[in-house]
Amino acid sequence: MDAPPARPLPTAGVEETEASPSLVTPAIQTEDLCLFYGETPALRNVSLSIPERQVTALIGPSGCGKSTLLRCFNRMNDLIPAVRVTGRCRIGGQDILDDGVDVIELRKRVGMVFQRSNPFPMSIRANMVYGLRLQGIRNRSEQDQIVEESLRAAALWDEVKDRLERNALELSGGQQQRLCIARAIAIRPRILLMDEPASALDPIATMRIEELILDLRRDYTIVIVTHNMQQATRISDQTAFLYLGEVVEFDRTARIFTHPREQRTEDYVTGRFG
Amino acid sequence: MLGIVLTGLATLVLLTLLGALLTSVLSGGIPAFSWRFVSTIPRKDFFDVESAAILPMIVGTTLRVLIMTVFVMPFGVVTAVYLSEYADPASPFTRWIRSAISNIAGVPSIVFGLFGLGFFVNFLGRGLDAVSGVGTPELGRPSLLWASLTLAVMTLPVVIVATEESLRSIPPGLREASLALGSTKLQTVWRIVLPQALPGILTGGILAVGRAAGEVAPILFTGAAYYTAELPGRLTDQFMDLGYHVYVLATQSPNVDQTAPILYATVLALLFLTLSLNAGAILLRSRLRRNQRDAA
Repeated sequence: MDAPPARPLPTAGVEETEASPSLVTPAIQTEDLCLFYGETPALRNVSLSIPERQVTALIGPSGCGKSTLLRCFNRMNDLIPAVRVTGRCRIGGQDILDDGVDVIELRKRVGMVFQRSNPFPMSIRANMVYGLRLQGIRNRSEQDQIVEESLRAAALWDEVKDRLERNALELSGGQQQRLCIARAIAIRPRILLMDEPASALDPIATMRIEELILDLRRDYTIVIVTHNMQQATRISDQTAFLYLGEVVEFDRTARIFTHPREQRTEDYVTGRFG
Repeated sequence: MLGIVLTGLATLVLLTLLGALLTSVLSGGIPAFSWRFVSTIPRKDFFDVESAAILPMIVGTTLRVLIMTVFVMPFGVVTAVYLSEYADPASPFTRWIRSAISNIAGVPSIVFGLFGLGFFVNFLGRGLDAVSGVGTPELGRPSLLWASLTLAVMTLPVVIVATEESLRSIPPGLREASLALGSTKLQTVWRIVLPQALPGILTGGILAVGRAAGEVAPILFTGAAYYTAELPGRLTDQFMDLGYHVYVLATQSPNVDQTAPILYATVLALLFLTLSLNAGAILLRSRLRRNQRDAA
């Protein structure tokens, strides 16, 4: 673990010691992270410690800042003009908010899957090797091997192995999203960020994505934004509840949904608002 | 009901006008139109049906349009990419560039002719001549190069606007996907954005070619010749041009009645050339779209 944080981090219930967030190596650790769109604050003093190789869900009503927080972790907010970030965010022992950070290198370590599947309008194979070529992997057989491994890991291989040269846009919505996951893991990131990856999919496709996430959990640290509270209970180990840009509560998922400490959390997870 | 009547009327008026124009050009031009007419260089009097020919004009017009395309496309596309992918839309500098582009689009074409003469021929050409120290003017006189460049400046806004339009139509999600995989902005533009925008960029090229092929005013002082004995062989040569030749035939002929069929035939050739340049570009674009659909 890095140097002790300036103020206590939200910690898990003491009774579940072996997997409690504070005892596992944190993959992402933020301290007093604040983000402003112009003058408007979108995140206020977020201090979280996201453990390695677990699934952490970010929940909260629309506009609470959960996607914004997710996009801090691979600096995608850089694309938006007039965004200002203060505080610290450590990934792999490095404060990724530093000016000197190689954002390109960071994004190779921290992959992202978006709400709306966004395969490139090219062949399935071209989608898969896009990131590999950026890494300088040009050897065809090496590419083929990684493509197969990644597609298998994304539970898509059997469906597409005979049509790798076909346009990715011919796939169904769920397949496209699994292709995007496969494309993201092809470059072997450590962390996978998912921004409501199943919100545009039907229940069966959603189920497959959820199974996939539970599967990927062994190898990747996953942070997922979701609107769907059942989904959060099904797939996540920890849950952070955000409200108006603040982390109201961060704890083991079971605890958040059964014995939340905060009244606001309880109101939200029981459907009283949001 | 009224709408249908008005639409029908408008269609009718337009088709009648177009039909009348084409009929008059065709009926007037076909008698003088022959393989010899389009494939030889006029050696004697080009106002006379027997010796009139327009090969040099066809070559001249084609060359100036192609050379213009070579200059205007990269410039226009790079400008559009800068404006839409890199420039801060709120900065005054970007606003200046944008208003400069719309101003270029609004300038009358004869002004481009004078600009070309003043800037390219006299300033740039003579300046370069003076620097290289040649005795006789080499670049400091009207030529194919300066005429094409003048046209390129004139058509720049067309290419920029069409390219920007097509860049805007690319879903932002594709750019995000590419960046999130660890590509640089340049790699994203080069490998994802530009290939997707190519059909739209070609549309800009088609519009520019269509606009430039029929223009005479910009080349009047910058490269078009009343008569040259040879086909243009170098960029510094002057050239004969179809549009300018139409003007010459219509105003300089010693015998108007005798020249009329040649005039019509030349107009026919100009229409045909403009049409085929456009058709070529459209074909290229549709092939590209097909390739993109089939993916690779």
